[in-house]
Amino acid sequence: MSSESSTVLSPPGRFAGGVHPPEHKELARHAAIEVLPPPAELALPLLMHTGAPCQPVVQPRAEVVYGALLADSDAFVSAPIHAPAAGVVQREGVATLPNARHVKTIPLKVGPHQMAAEELMADMFGGEWPEDGIADVAPEEIVKAVRAAGIVGQGGAAFPTHVKLARNPKKPVDTILVNGCECEPYLTADYRVMVEAPAPVISGARLAARAAGAATIIIAVEDNKPEAIEALRAAAAGDVKIMSVPTRYPMGGEKQTVRVATGRTIPTGGLPLDVGVVVINVETAAAIARAVWRKKPLTHRVVTVTGGGIAQPKNILAPIGCRYADLVAFCGGLKPEAGRAIAGGPMMGFALGDFNAPVTKGTSGLTVLTAEDVRRAAETPCVRCGRCVEACPLDLMPTRLALAARHKDWNLAKRHHLMACMECGCCAYVCPAAIPLVQLIRMGKVQMMKEVGK
Amino acid sequence: MAENAVTPIAPAAPPPAAASARAAPAKPAPALSVAPGPHIASGALTTRRMMLDVILAALPLLAVSVYLFRQYAVFQIAISVIGALAAERFFGWMRRRPNTLGDLSAAVTGLILGLSLPASAPWYVGVIGAFAGIGFGKAVFGGLGQNIFNPAMVGRAFVMIAFPAALGASAYVAPTLGVDAVTQATPLTAFKMMGSVAALKPLFLGMTNGSIGETSALAALIGGAYLCWRGTAAWRIPAGGILALAILAGASDLTGGSPWTFAHHLSSGAFLFGAFFIATDPVSSPLTPKGQWIFGAGFGALVLLIRAFSGYPEGVMFSVLLMNSVAPLINRWTIPTPVGGPAPERK
Ligand code: SF4
Ligand code: SF4
Repeated sequence: MSSESSTVLSPPGRFAGGVHPPEHKELARHAAIEVLPPPAELALPLLMHTGAPCQPVVQPRAEVVYGALLADSDAFVSAPIHAPAAGVVQREGVATLPNARHVKTIPLKVGPHQMAAEELMADMFGGEWPEDGIADVAPEEIVKAVRAAGIVGQGGAAFPTHVKLARNPKKPVDTILVNGCECEPYLTADYRVMVEAPAPVISGARLAARAAGAATIIIAVEDNKPEAIEALRAAAAGDVKIMSVPTRYPMGGEKQTVRVATGRTIPTGGLPLDVGVVVINVETAAAIARAVWRKKPLTHRVVTVTGGGIAQPKNILAPIGCRYADLVAFCGGLKPEAGRAIAGGPMMGFALGDFNAPVTKGTSGLTVLTAEDVRRAAETPCVRCGRCVEACPLDLMPTRLALAARHKDWNLAKRHHLMACMECGCCAYVCPAAIPLVQLIRMGKVQMMKEVGK
Repeated sequence: MAENAVTPIAPAAPPPAAASARAAPAKPAPALSVAPGPHIASGALTTRRMMLDVILAALPLLAVSVYLFRQYAVFQIAISVIGALAAERFFGWMRRRPNTLGDLSAAVTGLILGLSLPASAPWYVGVIGAFAGIGFGKAVFGGLGQNIFNPAMVGRAFVMIAFPAALGASAYVAPTLGVDAVTQATPLTAFKMMGSVAALKPLFLGMTNGSIGETSALAALIGGAYLCWRGTAAWRIPAGGILALAILAGASDLTGGSPWTFAHHLSSGAFLFGAFFIATDPVSSPLTPKGQWIFGAGFGALVLLIRAFSGYPEGVMFSVLLMNSVAPLINRWTIPTPVGGPAPERK
């Protein structure tokens, strides 16, 4: 531990708009991370990241050990897949992901001999995480280890992390921004990781900075998580800056976090890289540390199972490829008042048709809302009140975008920058007319791309 | 309250093998719905709740109107509201639309229309005003949310042209009604015609003659504060209006222009009633924050100009209608630039 410990910074920037829904984090925030006992079978999707799908490198009936490589790709933008448990590979299957995408899977019959829960926890988050010696690791080595471990952004978009960390002389990076905002209501997975395992998060952030050539490391956490801020502050040395940012959805959106934490504005259609920033999620940072120091691939992740419709809300260390049904069963099942199950949080998550979908590297939670939670007033025509305009964190005019999408008026859509929408849902959240603005905008984008884009 | 279309699905049982590892949930499966996100909504405001807010906010005005104009206030408001509800139902039926009385927008139109009439107006004025307002002001555009003009003001303008005698300045003086308030000309008319300047205190409290809901500046401020606090009214509109009035009337005050000062302008006639209750109709006012400032300021400036330079003693109705007509333009002028600049053209 270095001598000088970090102070907590205030953010230099802000964003206008946004909303503050009831947080409901109390349901799961005190539940320490528990290990899900390996279910009898896992189904590992060959495409659970942004980029090219993987091809299996093992044959059906092959016996594999924990951490064995199961599938890989030659493409640069892709991430290999590893066995979260020892077992026997089954014939290729298919699964429907919560976003309604159909993907091929490698099913894995889990063998009888598995790592004990405590051992797995210790391996993931426990023990010592080197503070020194980071300067001795070559940047390319870090990128290689991250690629080999199959690490992707665990905040949701699942973009392969090695692509972000690889140095690009045309786009120099000066800041690594670790995103610990977790602005979605209900979810507490990142919070638990920050509280229970600040050391690997910080170590991973340093490694990422070393890889990308960034001099500044900022970990941004919303101010509704003082325990996480304190845990990180106590564990961090002076070169890692902990920043307390206001609690306001969608603070965790890349554009908002970067704007608030660095004061820089990402151009529409651009990336954080365009303003010299690489953003990684806290769990991704921990995975980077694990990949570099322990040579372990990304096989498990922390998933929050929460909401008024779940018997016992928990934060679960789950193997990638387990089914949502396994999570539900581990949390005591559904309550009778359960009304909607959502992969992710209530603002940007997808409603589940059933619990058969597998947990992927990008799965942050399962939120089961009650029927009462999802009740809506009847939709009325837009009363042009402008509340959606005020709430939009990107300064768009959501009602106009929805109108353009409804009438397939692509000139109107262009004039109002339809493609800039990040689908955060703030507009639909505040709309008194209960208009499904995000759904209309999403459909409009797809249609417009088909009809006028290439 | 209706719910979203609910697709009941049974949560699939865990795969048999997984179930054997642990006890599967034993309870009968609750029906789960599938719908696009976001899955929660603020619920602080609904269309109906916004309309209800306007009705609640109008209670102080109603109280003053009944105190001043007695049964005539009750009569005018009842006639206008019933007329508006009947008109909404009638035009809905003609357009084969479901019953929309429940959204309360027609009730609000009737209420605002009623409050803007003189106590002496014959019964058919309220009814015809309501039908004209809902019909020409709303239904021909396609119903709630589609109209350009404030329906209540369209209705009032219609009856003002159709029955000039029933709504002209002289209609406000009706000693035969037996109500004290209507024995004298309205303060604005008295100033315009005779140059007599009303005392500020009764003007502010509303112990004067006028349209039944407009007399009390105090009541309009109380109701308006509630509307702005609820977020039902865009506060920038009344703020812009008062600011514009303050600047223009203040400039004239400083140069010693008129004995009818800024405070008189603010407290008299329908200015505050219009600024908080009529100009803030969301449908016929701009969407963008900047646009709402412009709209409010335009409203305030027009009221002053009409009062000062036209033949009419009061200009709230015309100002609202004129600003309504440019609201779509204001929307276009004030499209905000997205954070991060315009979306790049796709190659
Ligand atoms: S919030 Fe809803 S009702 Fe208000 S302007 Fe936007 S889309 Fe229309
Ligand atoms: S979903 Fe799109 S339009 Fe709606 S608030 Fe978010 S960015 Fe704005």
